Amino acid sequence: MSQSNIQSVEGVEIEETKLKNSKSLWDHALENIFRDKMAVASLFIVGFYALISVLSATGVIAADWAVEVGPSYSAPGADYLFGTDIFGRSVFTKMIKGTEVAMSVGLVAAIISVCIGVVLGSIAGYFGGKIDELIVWFYTCFQSIPTIMLLVALSFVLGRGLVSMYVALGLTSWVNLCRLIRGEVMRHKNRDYVQAASALGGGHSRKLIKHIFPNVSHLVIINFSLMFQTAIKTEVILSYLGLGVQGRPSWGTMIDDAKLELARGVWWQLGAATLAMMIVVLSLNILGDALRDALDPKLKGK
Amino acid sequence: MNLWQYILRRLFYIIPTILGVALIIFVIFNVVAPDPALIMLGKHATVAQIAELRNELGLNKPMWAQYLDIVKSAFTFEFGRSWTTKQEIIQMIKNGAIPSLTLTLPAFILSTVIAISISLVVSFFRGKWIDKCAVFFCVLLMSVTSLAYILFGQWFFAYKLGWFEISGYESGFPNFIPYVVLPIIIWIILSIGPDVRFYRTVMLDEIYQDYVRTAKAKGLSERVILFKHVLKNAMIPIITFVVIQIPFLILGALLLESFFSIPGLGGITLNGVYNSDFPVIKAMTILTAMAYIIFSVITDVLYTVVDPRVRLK
Repeated sequence: MSQSNIQSVEGVEIEETKLKNSKSLWDHALENIFRDKMAVASLFIVGFYALISVLSATGVIAADWAVEVGPSYSAPGADYLFGTDIFGRSVFTKMIKGTEVAMSVGLVAAIISVCIGVVLGSIAGYFGGKIDELIVWFYTCFQSIPTIMLLVALSFVLGRGLVSMYVALGLTSWVNLCRLIRGEVMRHKNRDYVQAASALGGGHSRKLIKHIFPNVSHLVIINFSLMFQTAIKTEVILSYLGLGVQGRPSWGTMIDDAKLELARGVWWQLGAATLAMMIVVLSLNILGDALRDALDPKLKGK
Repeated sequence: MNLWQYILRRLFYIIPTILGVALIIFVIFNVVAPDPALIMLGKHATVAQIAELRNELGLNKPMWAQYLDIVKSAFTFEFGRSWTTKQEIIQMIKNGAIPSLTLTLPAFILSTVIAISISLVVSFFRGKWIDKCAVFFCVLLMSVTSLAYILFGQWFFAYKLGWFEISGYESGFPNFIPYVVLPIIIWIILSIGPDVRFYRTVMLDEIYQDYVRTAKAKGLSERVILFKHVLKNAMIPIITFVVIQIPFLILGALLLESFFSIPGLGGITLNGVYNSDFPVIKAMTILTAMAYIIFSVITDVLYTVVDPRVRLK
């Protein structure tokens, strides 16, 4: 009672402060993320990895990864930071160079799968009916095939190399996002604001892209970091199966080499690649969780 | 509608899925993939040789017949012969199933039980430091590639310390036990991270429900609430999660089997991958897809048994 009285007395003032302080979902999310120290640290680490991969792709650093710097299989120490491999190449430089493959695989694969997932998901959710049934059927079939088999099959078809790896990883990871987007779009399409948009004469594409999509786009952000790290992890497995990149170092091929080296006590190649990968995947995981908590309040604290 | 009608209808719905899966496999292997005759014979084959082999592999049949062959094999399990070993694939699968299951079944049961127990403890301490540490530890475990666990485990515990067999397999109970212990431990470590995170989410979903507050208001102890009320209500997502993993068990533990030389289905599949053995990869893909489809029906049926609130429609 007393509260409503106060409000009615100072109503005007409260309205004004509310307007001044009103924040969008994204403002709140950013604020939450920057308050979370772990998330900020993860963001920095991911940014650092991105920087390294850009520098290595442009040849500023690690361009000399193929150069013999010392005797083969030197242990890590003052001379060779992370030791050397069978050809006497620096494991540290190879690890840096491998960042390029990992980050590009993560980024491109995630972009491909986001595109497929968003387009199919929003079409299915928005139009419903036969189109929806068709798309749901399509992803049910896709989902029934184990990802690893699909990946192997696609890698065969597309041949070896970086591009086919992007495509194979992108084509196998969109189902989850597609389902989420479909569900969200379905919930949104009958809301008042969408009806208002059609009353104003907005067409399907305008309603979908301009009005509904901004309201479901947080799902894309949340899933992006998940897909990114899954792609990095899968690249290692594919490289181990001999379906990965050839002729340039990647963390996967380094770990694959380690298979034969471990018996001789050479653990540094495995260690370096695993460490490099663990740090970035862990950061992406923490970042993904923070983004989800910040952008999807429903899921808070899980 | 009674249960049997529901099951029949659900089974009817899997037909388009099977046709679709067969279509995807057909498109990948029979349409887009490079000509298998060329792969098998190499660059220097004569035209006559290629024609003969294509005939032998059934690649001269019209496209629709090749597609129908795939659909048929999903029901008859006649996958033809392997290109490398020339064995009947169905025979290879039968031989590989038992070794695979001796590894995957105990590993799966153990890891599920352990993960559910941990997640119960963790959700009991929700929001406290134990919970936070556990979640972080799960993410940390998940961030290391599975290959690293396998390589390190095999090298350190089996080779260096000699606690376990490095690799190999002997059939028959209990001969196989020493060979599967280390792979099972590695499996558990691999799955504990994602599993605990999932089960914890499921438990926390329930813990904030009204019925839990009512139970607390009634004065029930936290333990009774957790075990009797929360666990029961969390059963639906738990069952889905558990049952839907079973089909992938028949694929075996691809990497574990290959590293520890266990002659299971995972090993067969990986050899197929190394040797570009299309029929084997195709067969394993169809087999797991079929298992997945059937188990998803089983999950749906189980819902209705476990939870009377789920209505058949």
